[in-house]
Order: sequence, then structure tokens, then C-alpha cells
Amino acid sequence: MPGRRSLFVLMALAFGFAFLYLPILAMIIYSFNASRLVTVWDSANSPTLAWYVELFHNAPIMESARLSFRIASVNATGAVILGTLAAFALERYRRFRGRALFGLLTTAPMVLPEVITGLSLLLLFVALDQAVGWPGGRGATTITIAHITFSMAYVIVVIQARLATVDRSLEEAAMDLGARPWKVFFVITLPLIMPAIASGWVLAFILSWDDLVITSFVSGPSSTTLPQLVFSKVRLGVSPDINALATILVLIVTVCVLVAGSYMIRMERRRARDAQAAFDPAP
Amino acid sequence: MNAAAERLYRGVRRLGGGRRPVGRWVVIALPYLWLAVFFLVPFLIVLKIAFANIQLSMPPVEPVLTWTADKVLQLRFHFSNFAFVFGDELYIAAFLNSLKVAGVSTILALLIGYPMAYGIARAPGAWRNILFLLVVLPFFTSFLLRVYAWLGLLGRNGPINDVLLALGLVHEPLQMLQTDFAVYLGMVYSYLPFMILPLYSAIEKLDLTLLEAAADLGCRPTKAFFTITLPLTKEGIFAGCLLVFIPAVGEYVIPALLGGPDTLMIGRVVWDEFFGNRDWPVASALAIVLLAILSGFVLLLQRVQAREGEA
Amino acid sequence: MNTAPAQGAVSGTTAGAPYVRIDRLTKRFGNFVAVRQVSLEIARGEIFCLLGGSGCGKTTLLRMLAGFETPTEGAIYIDGVDVTQVPPYERPVNMMFQSYALFPHMTVAQNVAFGLRQDGTPRAEIDSRVREMLALVQLDGYEKRKPHQLSGGQRQRVALARALVKRPKLLLLDEPLGALDKKLRERTQFELVNLQEKLGVTFVIVTHDQEEAMTLGTRIGVMRSGEILQVGSPSDIYEFPNSRFVADFIGSVNLTDGTLTEDEPDHVRIACPQLGGTVYVDHGVSSPPDAKVSVAIRPEKIQLSRERPEQPDNVLSGVITGIAYLGDATRYLVRLPTGFVLRVTAPNIFRHEERLGHDETVWLHWHPSAAVVVTR
Repeated sequence: MPGRRSLFVLMALAFGFAFLYLPILAMIIYSFNASRLVTVWDSANSPTLAWYVELFHNAPIMESARLSFRIASVNATGAVILGTLAAFALERYRRFRGRALFGLLTTAPMVLPEVITGLSLLLLFVALDQAVGWPGGRGATTITIAHITFSMAYVIVVIQARLATVDRSLEEAAMDLGARPWKVFFVITLPLIMPAIASGWVLAFILSWDDLVITSFVSGPSSTTLPQLVFSKVRLGVSPDINALATILVLIVTVCVLVAGSYMIRMERRRARDAQAAFDPAP
Repeated sequence: MNAAAERLYRGVRRLGGGRRPVGRWVVIALPYLWLAVFFLVPFLIVLKIAFANIQLSMPPVEPVLTWTADKVLQLRFHFSNFAFVFGDELYIAAFLNSLKVAGVSTILALLIGYPMAYGIARAPGAWRNILFLLVVLPFFTSFLLRVYAWLGLLGRNGPINDVLLALGLVHEPLQMLQTDFAVYLGMVYSYLPFMILPLYSAIEKLDLTLLEAAADLGCRPTKAFFTITLPLTKEGIFAGCLLVFIPAVGEYVIPALLGGPDTLMIGRVVWDEFFGNRDWPVASALAIVLLAILSGFVLLLQRVQAREGEA
Repeated sequence: MNTAPAQGAVSGTTAGAPYVRIDRLTKRFGNFVAVRQVSLEIARGEIFCLLGGSGCGKTTLLRMLAGFETPTEGAIYIDGVDVTQVPPYERPVNMMFQSYALFPHMTVAQNVAFGLRQDGTPRAEIDSRVREMLALVQLDGYEKRKPHQLSGGQRQRVALARALVKRPKLLLLDEPLGALDKKLRERTQFELVNLQEKLGVTFVIVTHDQEEAMTLGTRIGVMRSGEILQVGSPSDIYEFPNSRFVADFIGSVNLTDGTLTEDEPDHVRIACPQLGGTVYVDHGVSSPPDAKVSVAIRPEKIQLSRERPEQPDNVLSGVITGIAYLGDATRYLVRLPTGFVLRVTAPNIFRHEERLGHDETVWLHWHPSAAVVVTR
């Protein structure tokens, strides 16, 4: 019954969110800990920003961050373009040859373990190298291609969901009034799914930025992404500059989410106000 | 358009089957080709390599297809890799253990995730958006770093041990890292958002008037939950479980960071074979077997999502 | 006189030659036949209503006229031109959608101007035509509003303006009044007809609401299971239905079976066991003698009285078992000795007359021209 919240559910929520956030909070707190042992609090010298300073002076980390950023941007753009096309095909074209296979190809990368997709992509690049001489060794290009392939699947989910809510009769009405199909897409459909495209872009960016396993398979000696760097460090144990890095990332993400959230709330409020205006007496 | 372009356009249109606009095939073909080349073909190559022989070269694989002097195509299939995989207890144990760990993690994630998803879906308007964002936020922060966070928490000097020692529950720090327990913890922790999102979506779609009707007819809330809510959110449950289980089977990072030498999971095994032993054929064979095991589940997920799409 | 037209023929046209010609149009979805060999002619300037229940194929037929579905067989001609293979954005046809389909991210003015912009019409002309059309639908002053700022009736008028501003040869309307409440529906019905008369555009309306069809249409086509059962003016369809289905579909009717006992060129008699008597109809019927037919009598054509009427035929007696007072009329259910129940509608002409009551025995009678013989 709506309105009656059971105690069990409330406790589950509390426990669940605590479970989700406690590690992150702990990580943030320890980033201000002067001790190199990270989890042993050095009350004499803490809190300190020393690790943050050290982070910015750490050339390899900065370098790999830049690389990750570049790859993630290109990947997000590519994934969104291909993903929009694919989502459109899946949602609007109900019957074409090979549709079942297409549906599988667009879902599988999202679900299959990364060791499989990473291994297979590496073998592909090696085979291509032997056969046609491209891509000529592994690096940023191969990483980007790999990332686009798997983040496309996620983007498709987001965009297809939004596309499904777009009333088909809007597109038909536009065609009825004389607009050719491609024009209908750019003038009618695209503006209406723009929020999904934007969130798809962000999602693809984050997935690429964060990826480790697939990247490890398809990267080369000269291209080390941030996750790769972090992982090699972290295998050896906790390290305070990683905490600092984590905190910065959490901060950036939180700010972005808050900004996006408040924007959405403002839009909602404006829409509600406009809908109310419908019932005003005619001028 | 000038006359020549017009003619060309019409000619291409006829190729596409007459009435259907050309653009339609372009829309389908672009992503299809990409995925075919960069997702489908690689699997075929993995299959091929799985039948190959290891050799000291770069790449460390003997070619499977060769042309002899008489221009005859020769296939050299080595089934030894698969025999190796199936014969060695270690690999079989790794597969079984992966399935077990993934399965248990899925169930745990479901038990924690369902009440959470329920709570969020039933929360009043403004709260719902906030809670939803709170669930999604960790998903956006780095997966690797979140697993790392547990590294700090579960260590011998970590805060959990500190609390346990302070409360007197233990006399010396518990060894929590490098254990199965840590792996389960890490799995559930990382995959929880994947479980919550489809569950939330399914619960939100539930028609509340059904529950009101049940109450009106004398059904107690708990019973209504098991007889109405649960069955009607069945598809969300399937989707969530599959979205957690399938990738969890082949998970690498969590067992690598949080697990011990005896938490044998197939993701790690493939990685070690590939990077450690440089035995590409065996790694490929392992990947093929893993793919074969998971493909059934993937098809199941496809069907669940297709049904949801129709609904 | 029952001039039930054969399926496909035209009956009673308004001025002008066939403007829209539909020739044996068929649409199959796999094994399912949605539209079956439909042939139709629509004159210029008329309002043609396709009337039928859900699943009868009327919407599919409309969508084929618009160009959103390709016919499996058959052809469509508009003003002499074969448009069967022409895509919707090249047809001189515009549609008003059931959901209105207003572009939510555009203002009212931009919505209405959309079609003109696709044609490359010069800016100044677009502005003036949009303004003119908005004034016509009584929405001047609303140019800058967005669709979610409009009420249902206002949205409909925008949709109408948007479709009409291109001065199409044919305007298709899909359940135009379905989403409106009763008062608004009545007002909009008259507004639509006025607009059509003023602009002279040919309308094709699809509806399941027979009242809508009767009010709006100059001609109606009744559809069932993909076929057109009868085409005619509202009065033709109502007074001379050509089948049991059509008789039953439009308004309410008393239907009973009988056998022809007398079959003369100027009158027939039908023995109706369910009524317990014979029905006398004052016109001839083209059926073999002793044929099994159905007799349809509209409730408003039966009169009730306390005294036995003096006419020799078409008189029955029964007991009132149900009364529904509707204000302008009263509906009675009268049970005959055979057990059959007749529906009778009597207008409340006098305010203070003594009303008939439950369980009262009454006499029913009707004029020889009132009953319709239906052979299908």
C-alpha cells in the first residue's frame, strides 16, 4: 500500500546505502592521512594535502590520465554515433534479415566477461597486423576501437529506452507534412532523444575511463592508461596517492551528478508549471 | 539534386528493394559491420587459435592454416589444448569455482538489492530521484578504485579490524584479505548497482492498484508481496540476476586484488595463461569453453529483454 | 425501398466526379488480412466516414491512404494520379492523428508552419498563412505556446491547423473526437463541419463512434473484418441497412427472423414467430418466395398506446418490463407473449401526460413503411 513503508525495507535501504558508501567514505578520509600506511592514522601530521600535491607532480599518473581522457572522449563520441544508429535500427525497423543476430551482437559485449572480449580483440588485431599490416602494433587506436565496441552496447540500451518513448506518430506526422525520413530524424527524433544521447555519452566516457581488463589486452608498451597504472600500483597494496586520486574522482563525479540532477529537477518544475498554464483562460 | 545524382539515387534505391529508402540500410549496416568485424570475427579467431599449437614466436602461435608448396590448403588442428583444459583438474576446478562464486554472489546481490530497489521505487517522488542518483553514483566512480577501497578496509591495519579489536570481539586482527570472503564481498559490492537498476525498473512498472485490490480482498501485505509483487517483477529479477551472473563468472579484477592463491576463478586463469605463461592457445581454449558455458545464459538474457521490450 | 448497394458501388454522391478512387485495395500482415478487396470512390469536397469497430481495418485503410502502409494489392488514385507507391512525404494528403502528434519541442506557430517549411515556401508567405489558419481555428494569440501548455481541445485545433495549412487535396482524420469530453465533442463536431465547408477540403474520417459518423459524414462506409459492408448517406444507412450487422451496428434496433409469406411487387408479408404475428411492409423485396429474412424495426418507429389501434397490420400487444427516462425521450422494454422483448423509444412530447408504468399492458403499432427487410 503506497505510503506505508515497512521497517524492513527502510532498514534494508539504510544498510544497503551504508554498504555502498562506507568504503568510498573511508577511502576519502584516508586520503588526508599523513601516514604512508594509509589505514593507520597518523594523528600528529594529519589531516594533510601532501598526497594531493604529490599526485599532481607525478608525471606518469598525469600522462596516463591525459591518455585515458583522450581515449574516453573519442570512444564516447564514436559509441554514441554508432549506438544511436543501432538503437534506431533495433527500435524502428522491426523486421530485417539478421535482426536476431544483430540484437545478440548489441547485447553480448555488455554482458560477457571482459577477459573474453579483451582476448578476442587482441587476437583480431594480431591477425589483422599479419594480414594487412594495420593497425601496426597496439596503442591508443586499438584501445579506442575496443572501447567503442563494448561501450556501444551500453549506449544502445540507454538510447533505445528513450527512443521507445518517442511517439511514432510524431515521426509519421512529420513525414505526412512533407519531411523526408532523414530530415525527420534530425529535426524531430534527435531533439527528443537528446537527453539520452547526452547521458549515453557520459556513460561511455566513464566506462572507457575506468576500463582495465580489455585495455590490458589491447594496449601496447607505449600506451598506459590510468586504470592500468593504478592497478599495477594497487597490486602491491594500499597507497596513499591512490586514495587522493580516488577522492578527486569521486568529487568530480559527485559534482557532475549534482549538476545534472539539479538541472533535471529544474526542468521538471518548469514543465509542471507550463502544463498548468494550459488551463488558463484563453487570452 | 542534378540529373546525374538523381539517376544515381534512384538506381541505388532500386537496389535497396524499391520503396524502402536507402538510408535504412546505411543505418543498419554501419553498426552491424562494426560489431561483426570487431566483435564477431574475433571470436572466430579465438576459436582458430584454440586449435593451434604454441610456439616460440611473436605471436606465440603456430599458424593453423597454411599453404603447402602445391597450393593446397592445409589445416593443422591441435585438439591438445582442449584435451589439456578438460583433463587438468585445475581448470575444471576453476570453472566450477567460478560458477559457484558467481552464483552465490548473484543470490546475495539479489537479497540485498531487491529490498533496496523496492524501497527506492516506493519512495515519494522527490526522494525517489535522490535515492536513485545515490545508487547510480557509485557506479559512475571507478570500479577499480571501489574494489581498492575494500583493500584498505579489510587490511590487518584497516578500520574494520580496529573496530573489532576495540570492541573486544577478536584478540588479533582477522585475515580478511586474500580470502573467499573478501571476494564475495567485493563481488556483491561491485555488482549491486547492476542488480538494482533492472529490479527498480520492474518494480516501478508495477500497478499499485493491484496491491490495493488485494488488500481490499483481505490479503495481508506480506502475502501480497509473495503472490503478486514478486511474480510480476519476475522479469526484472531474471534480468538483474543474469546481468550480475554472466560477467561475474569471468571476473578478473576482484579475485586478483581481493582473493588469495586458492580462490581460483577462470578470469584469473585466462589472464595468467595469457600474460604469465604466454600460452595463447590454451588461453583461447579456456575462453572458448567459458564462452560456451555462458552463451546459454546470454541467449536467455536476450529472450528476457525481448519479452520486456514487447510488454 | 431497400436499395442496398452492392459492396464497392457508389450510392448517392455529392457534387463532382470521383476524386479519390480506391481500387480493390488489400493489405495482408502475414496470414492476417486487415483490408480485403476494398473499392471505394470519394467525391471532391465530401466528408466520408469510415465506421467500424476495433480491428475492422478502418485505420489500416486510412494509413494506406496516407502512405504509411503499402497495399499488398490494389491501387489508390487521387485526382486521377496513381499514388499507391508514393511515400507519405510526397502525397498531397495530410493527416490529423488521433493523439494529435504535436511536436513537443516546437511552438504552436512552428508546428503549424512545419509542413510549409518542408515545401520551401518563402518566409513571409509562411507567416501569413500560419496566422490566417490559426485565426480560422480560433487560436490567434497562441503562437508562442508549446503543446504541453495547451488543453486537449486546443491541441486538437493546432493539429487541424497544421494539417490544413498546406491546403491538401485530402485530409485524413483518425478518431478526431475520441479524446474530447461530451460537451466539447458536440461543439467540435459543428466546428469541423463548418471548417470543411468553408475550405472545401475532402475529408476522410475514421471512427468507431456512430454518432460522430452520423453527425459529420456526408456519406458513411460501414466496415467489418476488412470489408466495406455498406456505403451511403447517414439516412440511407440508418433507414435502409443492407444486413443484420449494419442494422444492429447503427443505433439500436429490433431484429427478428421470419419467412416471406406474401411477396408482391408493392408489398410483402413476413411471418415472424418471435413476434407472434406477421409484419406488413409496404414495398417489394427482391427475394425468392418463402425465403428466410430478417425484419428490422427502429425503436422510435414503434408507437405505444393504451387502446388497440385501428390499423389491420403491424399491431402487437405486450407488457412493459423496463422504463428508462432520458429527459427528451423514454425508452421502454416491452415483453411480448412469445417472450421476445421489443425496444421502444417514445419522445416526451407532453409534459403532463399520464405515463405508462411497469407491468402495464400496452398496444404497439408501426407504420407499413417502418420495418426494413434485411436479407443478409
